[in-house]
Amino acid sequence: MQGIGLLSIVIWLPIVGGIVTLAIGDRHASAARWAALISSLATLGFCVPLYTGFRNGTAAFQFTERASWIPALHAQYWLGVDGISLPLILLTAFVTVPVIIAGWSVIERRVSQYFAAFLIMEGLMIGVFAALDALLFYFFWEAMLIPMFVIIGVWGGPRRVYATLKFFLYTFLGSVLMLVALIYLYEKTGSYAIGAMQQLPLSLIEQRWIFLAFLLAFAVKVPMWPVHTWLPDAHVEAPTGGSVILAAIMLKMGGYGLLRFSLPITPDASRQLDWLILVLSLIAIIYVAFVALVQTDMKKLIAYSSIVHMGFVTLGAFLVFLILSATGSLTGAVSGMDGAQFQMISHGLISGALFLCIGVMYDRLHTRDIGAYGGVINVMPQFAGFMVLFALANSGLPGTSGFVGEFLVILSSFKASFWYALLAATILIMGAAYNLWLIKRVIYGPVANEKVAHMQALNGREFLVLGVLAVSVVLLGIWPAPLLNMMEASVQHLVHQVVVSKIPVP
Amino acid sequence: MNATASWLPALPEIVLAASACLVLLVDAYAGAVRRVVTPSLTMVLLVVGVALMMLTSQFTLVTHREVLFDGLYVADPLATFLKLVGFATMATVLFYSQDYLDGRGLHGGEYYVLCLTALLGVFVLISANSLLTVYLGIELLSLSLYAMVAFDRDSGIAAEAAIKYFVLGAIASGVLLYGMSMLYGMTGTLDLDALAHAVRSGPDAGLIIGVALVVVAVAFKFGAVPFHMWVPDVYEGAPTSVTLYIATVSTLGSFALFARLLAHGLAGLPALWTQMIMAVAVLSLLIGNLVAIAQTNLKRMLAYSAIANAGFVLLGFANGTAAGYQAALNFTIAYVLTTLGAFGMILMLARAGYEHDEIADFKGLATRDPLLALLMLVLMFSTAGVPPFVGFWAKLWIIQALLGASHVWIATFAVLISVVGAFYYLRVVWYMYFEGAGERSRPESRGRMRFILVLNAAAVLLLGLLPNGLLSLCGRLITAG
Repeated sequence: MQGIGLLSIVIWLPIVGGIVTLAIGDRHASAARWAALISSLATLGFCVPLYTGFRNGTAAFQFTERASWIPALHAQYWLGVDGISLPLILLTAFVTVPVIIAGWSVIERRVSQYFAAFLIMEGLMIGVFAALDALLFYFFWEAMLIPMFVIIGVWGGPRRVYATLKFFLYTFLGSVLMLVALIYLYEKTGSYAIGAMQQLPLSLIEQRWIFLAFLLAFAVKVPMWPVHTWLPDAHVEAPTGGSVILAAIMLKMGGYGLLRFSLPITPDASRQLDWLILVLSLIAIIYVAFVALVQTDMKKLIAYSSIVHMGFVTLGAFLVFLILSATGSLTGAVSGMDGAQFQMISHGLISGALFLCIGVMYDRLHTRDIGAYGGVINVMPQFAGFMVLFALANSGLPGTSGFVGEFLVILSSFKASFWYALLAATILIMGAAYNLWLIKRVIYGPVANEKVAHMQALNGREFLVLGVLAVSVVLLGIWPAPLLNMMEASVQHLVHQVVVSKIPVP
Repeated sequence: MNATASWLPALPEIVLAASACLVLLVDAYAGAVRRVVTPSLTMVLLVVGVALMMLTSQFTLVTHREVLFDGLYVADPLATFLKLVGFATMATVLFYSQDYLDGRGLHGGEYYVLCLTALLGVFVLISANSLLTVYLGIELLSLSLYAMVAFDRDSGIAAEAAIKYFVLGAIASGVLLYGMSMLYGMTGTLDLDALAHAVRSGPDAGLIIGVALVVVAVAFKFGAVPFHMWVPDVYEGAPTSVTLYIATVSTLGSFALFARLLAHGLAGLPALWTQMIMAVAVLSLLIGNLVAIAQTNLKRMLAYSAIANAGFVLLGFANGTAAGYQAALNFTIAYVLTTLGAFGMILMLARAGYEHDEIADFKGLATRDPLLALLMLVLMFSTAGVPPFVGFWAKLWIIQALLGASHVWIATFAVLISVVGAFYYLRVVWYMYFEGAGERSRPESRGRMRFILVLNAAAVLLLGLLPNGLLSLCGRLITAG
């Protein structure tokens, strides 16, 4: 597939589509909507050959494109995917389509700007996952903040300005230190190639500083406790589409960064400081789950549950060292990492779907307060079915994609230590608690009030969006093999990279 | 070398000096049509200047360093490039200022004469190779600027700004002259080439005092902390078109001043001045960014932003390495390009009797005029140093130069303080996009100006997507000199 530039197409097609949408303007809102939908569908279409052409069983980067970009800085336009990044790219392209459709009639103000922002963001996010050059990665990583800043600020809720400024400054602060670390690595290797950085020998002290700089950037994005506080604010104030993208994809960038940068570039520091990540992850899983339980705002509840589930991702990824020292074999470590990866994709679909569900209800009642609802199943039976499915998937019901990732992580944490497994497994109880309680209060019971009684049933567009997501959640749950096979070789390669020390032998 | 060729490199200065005289004469005798004739003539003369530079193919001819006029004047690729940028910047400035000046009845032909002499001062600085030429350039530039700041003579705030600028500027000139005299006393030469060799011997008290005085004067010209107090008052008080001129054309002059006087003339003992400059730069970043947050007036905010950005340029210089100078040059160009757009936007939105320089004036611009709001968004994010805009690469290169010289903590400080800086640029975007328009009306269309602004913002974006051209050009210019 050399020379065709499939990755370039899926990066730049939505961006060009976004510019076209913007140029169409608000006066032709309907044309702008169609332009956006066509662009996002075309991008998804170009992902099909990406999926079918991808060869499983090798950790090498595929669909690579390499061109000179900034010779003055030794930075290249270098793209490629492996089993870790391709699923995330497919997820991005897949989730953007429902987001566009979900905003179809809901957004009435500055329509073309809304859709353009989402399309441009789609391209930039795919760029983050496809970049093999650290400077190119950073370029996309930071540029993406601009459309999100505008999305939350313009179409968000009452406290949108506070939320969006907090979001921007928080993530900006995290990233700039990563930039310093990347430039430091560049000064050592003489190039911004991520591969070269991964092979560079580094002393433990250097590794520790670089690890912490990376950690700040990625932990803010994940987000890990205690730097998670921007997320509930951003989620609550963002419009539905913004919440979906934020939860489904933007958080995954943090996890992806840990797998692509932190672990392979600073393996020894990761080994030394893995306790830090593990403790923070467990705090996220246990403490934040309690926080989720007491929320009265549906979006906030799902936002906190996202932090819990991303805690699982970081836990699974950083268990590798403990498993290795406990069992001496790599297979357990691989399954933990597999679980982390799978969890990212699965959480992307489930949390996206849940935010869409909340959006559906919000469009009808204009409140996200749990107390304002009750007995929705009596007036919207189809919707209730979807909502219950997604909530159960969120609590890790077997047969849904939520189960696979959690199961793999808990399984491998047993290999590390019984106590880790015990603490991690509390998610099964707590997850069920806050999800089921949410369902009980919102969906079941008698119709709570007049307003709920007049809620209109799902329209075709909403049904289509939720239906597609429901099918994919169930499909991945009962047949996870295609995704696991796609990731396997790359995850194994990563684990092998991580266990080899990079400290130069004097 | 024959006799004609020996003065040919000085053609831009000759053209400018002749143009200033010509504009003065024409304006005096043009009568009623001078409102149209004088600006147009100035524009034409600028184009003539560029054309003559091209015709004598300076850009390709001057591939090496050439010293003329008994060592007073230097011609090198850096000088040629800066002069072309100077011509282009001034033309853009005049273009942006046209409607604004008309709206306020500031028709005096002297305005254009002063613009030309100030540019001449910048050019003299760019080509200075002797302490005397440096001083000549600075005085020519500064005296023209004092008069320009006070040009709106009915405005009390402008007069106040001009007096402050003049008094402080005169002191700075005195300090500079004193420092120069000490340098001369210690080394016995005015020639910058010779000075570079003479100070190699090692520091002694007289030399240190001389260098310190020169550094003070240079820092004043940059508007760097603690010599920055004139900047906010002048930026706010001066007519916006003059502020634009100071923020762009004069910035080129500051860069040239540093490159010639310190980076070249005192290249023998960089340890004498790099630490002082580093301290000044760090202070500028700190004070500039923090105080900018509190501003409600956009011109004043951009003044503090200029102080912070001067800090970045000085960080590049303080490296004392070629990589640092390249980064400083690149930053200056990127800054001038972005600032042109930012002040251009204020001028675009200003109307007769309405300055449009409060940040609150931008409320709801995204609904009133989506195009202009988008352009301003591009400019603000670029200044904040967010990719994919040119400002990102400018900052990146400075940070990279700092890390290359092992200044890890200063680099970390610089990026962290940029996050603070991001806030006040974001506030402009916030007012434009997230606030309602209220009673504010749609901006006038002004097609031609809008078009140039689009080009300006497009350049900011394009140089951000494909930065290699500018980066490698800056690299070549510094290493070739």
